[in-house]
Amino acid sequence: MQIRPILAAMRHHKAGTVLIALQIALTLAIVCNALFIIQQRITRMSRPSGVSESNLFVIRSDWADKSDTQRIDAQMQADLIALRQLGSVQDAASTNSFPLRGTGWDNYIKLQPDQPRMTTDSAIFFSDDHTLATLGTRLIEGRNFTASEVAAQKPRDAMHAAQVIISKDLARRLFPQGSALGKTIYVSMGQAPSTVIGVTDTLQAHMTGSWAGPYAYNAVLIPARLLNDYTYYLVRAKPGQLEAAMRDAPKALFAQSRMRIIDHKDGVMSFAQVRQRAYERDVGMAILMGIISVVLLAITAAGIVGLTSFWVGQRRKQIGVRRALGATRGDILSYFLTENLLIGIGGVLAGAVLAIGINLWMVTQFEMARLSLAYVVAGVAALLVLGQGAVLAPALRASRVSPVEATRSV
Amino acid sequence: MFTYYLDLALRSLKRNKALTALMVLALALGIGASMTTLTVLHVLSGDPLPGKSHQLFYPQLDPQDMDGYKPQDEPPEQVSWIDGMALLQARRAHFQALMTGGAVPIQPAQSSIDPFFEDARYTTADFFPMFDVPFLYGQGWNATDDEASAHVAVLTRELNEKLFGGKDSTGQTLRMNDVAFRIVGVLDSWRPTPHFYDLNTGSYSADEGVFVPLATATDLKFARNGSTDCWDKGSSENMKTATCTWLQFWVQLDTPAEATAYREFLLNYSREQKALGHFQRPPNVRLRDVMGWLDYNKVVPSDVHLQVWLAFGFLLVCLVNTVGLMLAKFLRRSGELGVRRALGASRRSLFAQLLVEAGAVGLVGGAGGLLLALLGLWLVRGQPSDYAALAHLDLPMLLATFVAAVMASLLAGLLPAWRACLTPPALQLKSN
Repeated sequence: MQIRPILAAMRHHKAGTVLIALQIALTLAIVCNALFIIQQRITRMSRPSGVSESNLFVIRSDWADKSDTQRIDAQMQADLIALRQLGSVQDAASTNSFPLRGTGWDNYIKLQPDQPRMTTDSAIFFSDDHTLATLGTRLIEGRNFTASEVAAQKPRDAMHAAQVIISKDLARRLFPQGSALGKTIYVSMGQAPSTVIGVTDTLQAHMTGSWAGPYAYNAVLIPARLLNDYTYYLVRAKPGQLEAAMRDAPKALFAQSRMRIIDHKDGVMSFAQVRQRAYERDVGMAILMGIISVVLLAITAAGIVGLTSFWVGQRRKQIGVRRALGATRGDILSYFLTENLLIGIGGVLAGAVLAIGINLWMVTQFEMARLSLAYVVAGVAALLVLGQGAVLAPALRASRVSPVEATRSV
Repeated sequence: MFTYYLDLALRSLKRNKALTALMVLALALGIGASMTTLTVLHVLSGDPLPGKSHQLFYPQLDPQDMDGYKPQDEPPEQVSWIDGMALLQARRAHFQALMTGGAVPIQPAQSSIDPFFEDARYTTADFFPMFDVPFLYGQGWNATDDEASAHVAVLTRELNEKLFGGKDSTGQTLRMNDVAFRIVGVLDSWRPTPHFYDLNTGSYSADEGVFVPLATATDLKFARNGSTDCWDKGSSENMKTATCTWLQFWVQLDTPAEATAYREFLLNYSREQKALGHFQRPPNVRLRDVMGWLDYNKVVPSDVHLQVWLAFGFLLVCLVNTVGLMLAKFLRRSGELGVRRALGASRRSLFAQLLVEAGAVGLVGGAGGLLLALLGLWLVRGQPSDYAALAHLDLPMLLATFVAAVMASLLAGLLPAWRACLTPPALQLKSN
């Protein structure tokens, strides 16, 4: 293929060439970054929660009378017995919070009581001997709580948890060498030591925000019923009976006592709903990025079709002359394809630099990782193919120009 | 002349419908996307109390112990009861109010309405005059009511609508948490956006429905909503003595001189507390005004900023696309332009004619963009975020949409029109 005549011809329509190259560059830069954002969000959303999510649901019960903590304590124990007795329910536990809830209680974790700065931060889940079975989270080391270890805890009282169970990631963070089992940690400002009696498999914290990245899998299970203004009940339905259990459980709770408020909208939520709620912003952002990318590619393709069509129309006579002088249809076709490829290469080179530049800027402005080069390479390939595809129709039209055109004047 | 150009432009646009449609569509998409995201940003980063916000300040102190102390750390974002009360009683500002969020069970007198929880604000009396809160009926309570822990309440217009059918309910009794309160005032519609005075309960959340004196709420142990940060032994049954920050404190300082004096007062207070052994850290105070406080808290979600940048990148591509297509369109008409030049039209009038054509594309594109922006905002309102309901196009943004569209298309037409006019008429005729 002779590139020199193509370059010479390009010099005659500089503005158009530059515009197409510019459009390709901008599209590449934006689409690369948009796809990268989509990928990041999807990675975030597909992180495991460490919970066996099917058949699990949560109920939030607000106490109508919040003043008497003793009565709340008795009510919580009665509620749990009632829930566990339901035919459709496999197990149930009370808690203050759970993975993916979004908000909750997190404490600084220390290894020494007088250590000036925290070792790490962790979600605090108030639990009992049924919590692990209800969540469907495996214990990889040590033992579960016993019923006698579970105490009552007022929100403002100092926490004295003699035993705690911690998540695998927290154990690894606190004790990089060796097992956490039997070690002492400090989980509250009350500075009472707690012995690690068990380590769970992966268990996600309630925090889903990107700021909580380093702490996202830190969880401490405290053997206590938290006597707060409200409580959550985690309920595991028997396999296949989730809907029935979600209907039965609130009724059973109201049969226990009417002195509570269970929100009719989100008082009872399946874990699938909890997950959807935790990540709905990410889903929205990913969809938006997807739409923008598709529309941008479509507009760029349409722009290439439009401008190339114009060039073909402008050069009918020259094409005719070339055909009359012996150029084949394939020659004409490959001329336009090559021309587009050359412009495209110019565009994607500029676009790749721009894409990386935009990403570096976003790293400083937003919580964003470095763009992986694979995205740039994939984007470059995609835009070159898109350009060739877009130019194909006008180029085919050009190749059908008859040699007779050379003799015609318009 | 203009109408003639317009006529020419419309004829030319009609001649090549696909190309015109593509230009209009690209412009409309770009404008629609930019205006949607910009409107959301505009709504979210607005001034909650225009004209007053620069006089309202949020004092911050650092009463924490030395545990985890770093000299460059910001002080806590709320105040403890002890410090809040001390600052309140010092009365060094024009107005000052100490407050926190909460929720109360409301037991309506009519049996037709079931008891329900309503978000509440427990505050001292200056809240109402300081934030220029409009009253429909009655008024707020006064400092005497605060001191006496009076059982008085102020309702919002919405809650008054729900409980009393919108009638003047001042003087009536409202039962909350089994205690009777006398209604002293009903607010008119009031929703400062963002919810600047307490960002813990959601930056853009709907406001609380009922207001109760802070002392009354703490005496009756009403439930709190919001964040509590503790240090040292922290937790204790009594929040009034706990080493925890959990209250918001706002002051009104009318002049910069007053603000400077108040900052000095905060420093002195901190020094004094340190001397008394109540504070341990070196004095570390902040006095931000409303907008400074919102900036510091980064209330506008970063995703919204990202979307605005994305939309403007999108608009840029659409504009480049339009420039390319207009160039093709104008250059294709060199014959026609050559004839007009040969017949005596000046370059300037040809340029004007082409720009009118570009402007026409811009107007149609702008109208399309407006429709798309309305559609986009409707989609945003369907989103689950707490600011969703606020996404409405206001008049300035509507005008901005049109100006942006026409400016964008004129800008896009500038280069092609200039290029098309540049070729000498003889060459334009000859090339045919």
